[in-house]
Amino acid sequence: MGILGWTWLFVGLTFSLYIGIAVWAKAATTGDFYVAEKAIHPIANGMATAADWMSAASFISMAGLISFMGRDGSMYLMGWTGGYVLLAMLLAPYLRKYGKFTVPEFIGDRYYSSGARVIALFCAIFVSFTYVAGQMRGVGVVFSRFLEVPVNTGVIIGMALVFFYTTMGGMKGITYTQVAQYCVLISAYLIPVIFISIMLTGNPVPQLAYGGTISAGGAEILGKASYQGQYLLDVLDGIQKDFGFGEYTAGKRAVVDVFFITIALMVGTAGLPHVIVRFFTVRKIRDARSSAGWALFFIALLYTTAPAVAAFARTNFILTVNDKSYANEAPAWFKNWESTGLIAWMDKNEDGIMQYRPGQAFAGKPRYAEGSGDSGERLLSNRPTASDNEIYIDRDIMVLANPEIAKLPNWVVALVAAGGLAAALSTAAGLLLVISASVSHDLLKGVLMPHMSERSELLWARSSAAVAVLIAGLFGIFPPGFVAQVVAFAFGLAAASFFPAIIMGVFSRKTTKEGAMCGMLAGITFTAGYIIYFKFINPAANVPENWWFSISPEGIGTLGMILNFVIMWAVSRVTKEPPQEIQDMVASLRYPASRD
Amino acid sequence: MDENQKMDAYWRKNLAYIAVLLSIWFAVSCVFGLLAADTLDHFRLGGFKLGFWFANQGSEIIFVLLIVVYVQLMNRLDRKYDVHED
Repeated sequence: MGILGWTWLFVGLTFSLYIGIAVWAKAATTGDFYVAEKAIHPIANGMATAADWMSAASFISMAGLISFMGRDGSMYLMGWTGGYVLLAMLLAPYLRKYGKFTVPEFIGDRYYSSGARVIALFCAIFVSFTYVAGQMRGVGVVFSRFLEVPVNTGVIIGMALVFFYTTMGGMKGITYTQVAQYCVLISAYLIPVIFISIMLTGNPVPQLAYGGTISAGGAEILGKASYQGQYLLDVLDGIQKDFGFGEYTAGKRAVVDVFFITIALMVGTAGLPHVIVRFFTVRKIRDARSSAGWALFFIALLYTTAPAVAAFARTNFILTVNDKSYANEAPAWFKNWESTGLIAWMDKNEDGIMQYRPGQAFAGKPRYAEGSGDSGERLLSNRPTASDNEIYIDRDIMVLANPEIAKLPNWVVALVAAGGLAAALSTAAGLLLVISASVSHDLLKGVLMPHMSERSELLWARSSAAVAVLIAGLFGIFPPGFVAQVVAFAFGLAAASFFPAIIMGVFSRKTTKEGAMCGMLAGITFTAGYIIYFKFINPAANVPENWWFSISPEGIGTLGMILNFVIMWAVSRVTKEPPQEIQDMVASLRYPASRD
Repeated sequence: MDENQKMDAYWRKNLAYIAVLLSIWFAVSCVFGLLAADTLDHFRLGGFKLGFWFANQGSEIIFVLLIVVYVQLMNRLDRKYDVHED
C-alpha cells in the first residue's frame, strides 16, 4: 500500500477511535463537562495533560527549531518543562483543594470580587484564542501535506471532529481522547527516531545515542569512514564551525535574554489556564501532586528525544546535502520534499553543487517557476540574496522527513501524520474547553445570570464550546497574519497575570482584592505594551539595541510578572485587609484534609 | 503542641521543602544550563559537554525527579501531621 493509502487508513482509524471515546464518555452534568466529575486517575490525567500541552508546534516544529539554534534552543526545552515543577509545588494541590471548576472562579472567590474574576476570564479567553488559532491551522497543514487535500478542507474536517467530541463529552470526553492521542503522538515521534539512532550510532536509545559515538554504518551514511568512533556532537561542532555556523553546543544569543525567555516560558506554562484546569479533574489532593509528576514524565519522553532528533537531523542534513552534486548525489528525500516547498535549492554559482552556508539563500518562501534547471532541480522565481547559501530549508522538515531519511516503510510516514494531527487536536480541544467554561461558568453563571439552572448552564457550556470551535476554525481558514507574532503574548500574559495572582492568593493570606487587581492590570498593561510596541507599532525597532536591558519581547513576561508581584504586595499593604472568612479559606487550602 | 501550632509546623515544613527543591530547580536549569554553562562545558559526560547536557536534557530529567521527591515527602508529611485524605 502507498503512503497515501496508509495515511488515510491511520487517520481514519484514529479519528473513529476519538469519536468512539466521545460517545462513550458523554457528559451528563456541569461537573462532568468542566472537570470530568473530578474522577480521573492521576496517570491518565498525566497523559491527558501531556497531550493537552504538546501542540502541533512541539510535535512538528520544535526539534527543527533546536537544530537551527543549537544550545540556545534549550530555552524551549527547559522553559516548557520547568513550569510543571512550579505547578506541582505551588499551584496544583491548593487549587484542587479549592475544589471548584475554573481559574477565573478561583481568582474571583479568593479576591472576593467579580471585577477580578472578569479580568481573569478575559485573560483566559484571550490567551486561549491566541493559542488555538495556530492549532487549527496546524491540522489543515498536516492534512494538506500528507493527504493532498486543500488546507481549508483539512481545517474543516478537524473542526467537525473537535466540535463533536468537545460539545458532547466536555472535559470527560476530552480527557479520554487525549489519553488516546498521547499514545498515538508519542509512538509516532519515537519510532522513526529510534531507527535513525540505530542507523547512525548503533544505540536504540536516542537520548543516550546523540551523546555517543558514530557507528561504522553511520560513518558510511555520513560519507566519511574516519567519523567512525568519534562523538557525534564533536563531529557536528566541527562541521558547523567549518561552514561558518558556529559550534552547535555553544550559546550564541545574549545570556540575559535567554534567561528571561526561559523564566517567562516556565512561569507562563504554570499560568496557562488549560494546563491548570487539568489538575482540577483528579480525585485527591495528593493525586494533583503526583499527576503533575506523571505529566512531566510523559512530556519529558518527547522533550528529551527532541534534542536528539535535532542533532541527528542537523548532522545528517549538512553531511548528506552540503557540497554534493544535485544530479548525482542528492538524497531521495531531498527531491521528494522539494515539491512541498519545504526545501529548495537555487544554483546561484551554476556549478551543479548544493552549497549550504549561513544566511538566507533568497528572499521569502520558495516560489516555483516553470520547468527544471540544468541539474533537474525545480526552478525558482525568488530574488537571490548576496549570500553564498543556496539552500532554503523549513525547520519542520527535520521531523517530517525523518521516516524517509531512515528509509522506513510507508506506514511509519502515515503514523507521523496521525501523530501530528493528534498533537494539534488534543491541544485545540483543551483550549476550547477553557474558552467555553470562561463564558458559560464565569461570565454567564458567575456574573450575568447567577440564578441559571444546572440544565441551562450545561446547554450554554455546549453552545459556547460550539461557537468557540467555529471561531477557531475561521482563524484556521483565514489565519490572521499576526499569529506567529502573538505566541509570545500567550506566555507573557499568563506569566504576568495569572501566575502571581494565584501564588499570592495561596501563599499570602493578606493580599487584598485591590492589590490583586492593580497587580494584574499593571502586569498585563506593561507586558502587552512592550510586545505591541515591538511587534506591531514599530517592528523595525525590534532589534537587541532597542530592547530594555537587552530583553526581547518573548522574555518580557518575566519582568511583567515581577512588576505584578511588587505592585500586588505594595497595594495590599495600604488597603483594608481581606475579610476573615477569606483568610480562613486561604488557610484551609494549605491542608489536604482537616480533622475537625 | 496545640492544634494551631501543629498546623503552622506542617505549613512551615512544606515551605521548607519547596524552598530547597526550587533552589535545585533553579540551579540545574538557569545556573548549570545557562549562566555557568560555558564553565561547565570544560567537563564532559561521554560525548556531551556538561553545560550543554544540563541545558539539553539534564534539567528536564532532574525536574521529574524533583516532583517525585516532593510527592513522597508530602505524602509522608500529610500522614505525620494527620492531614491526609481518607
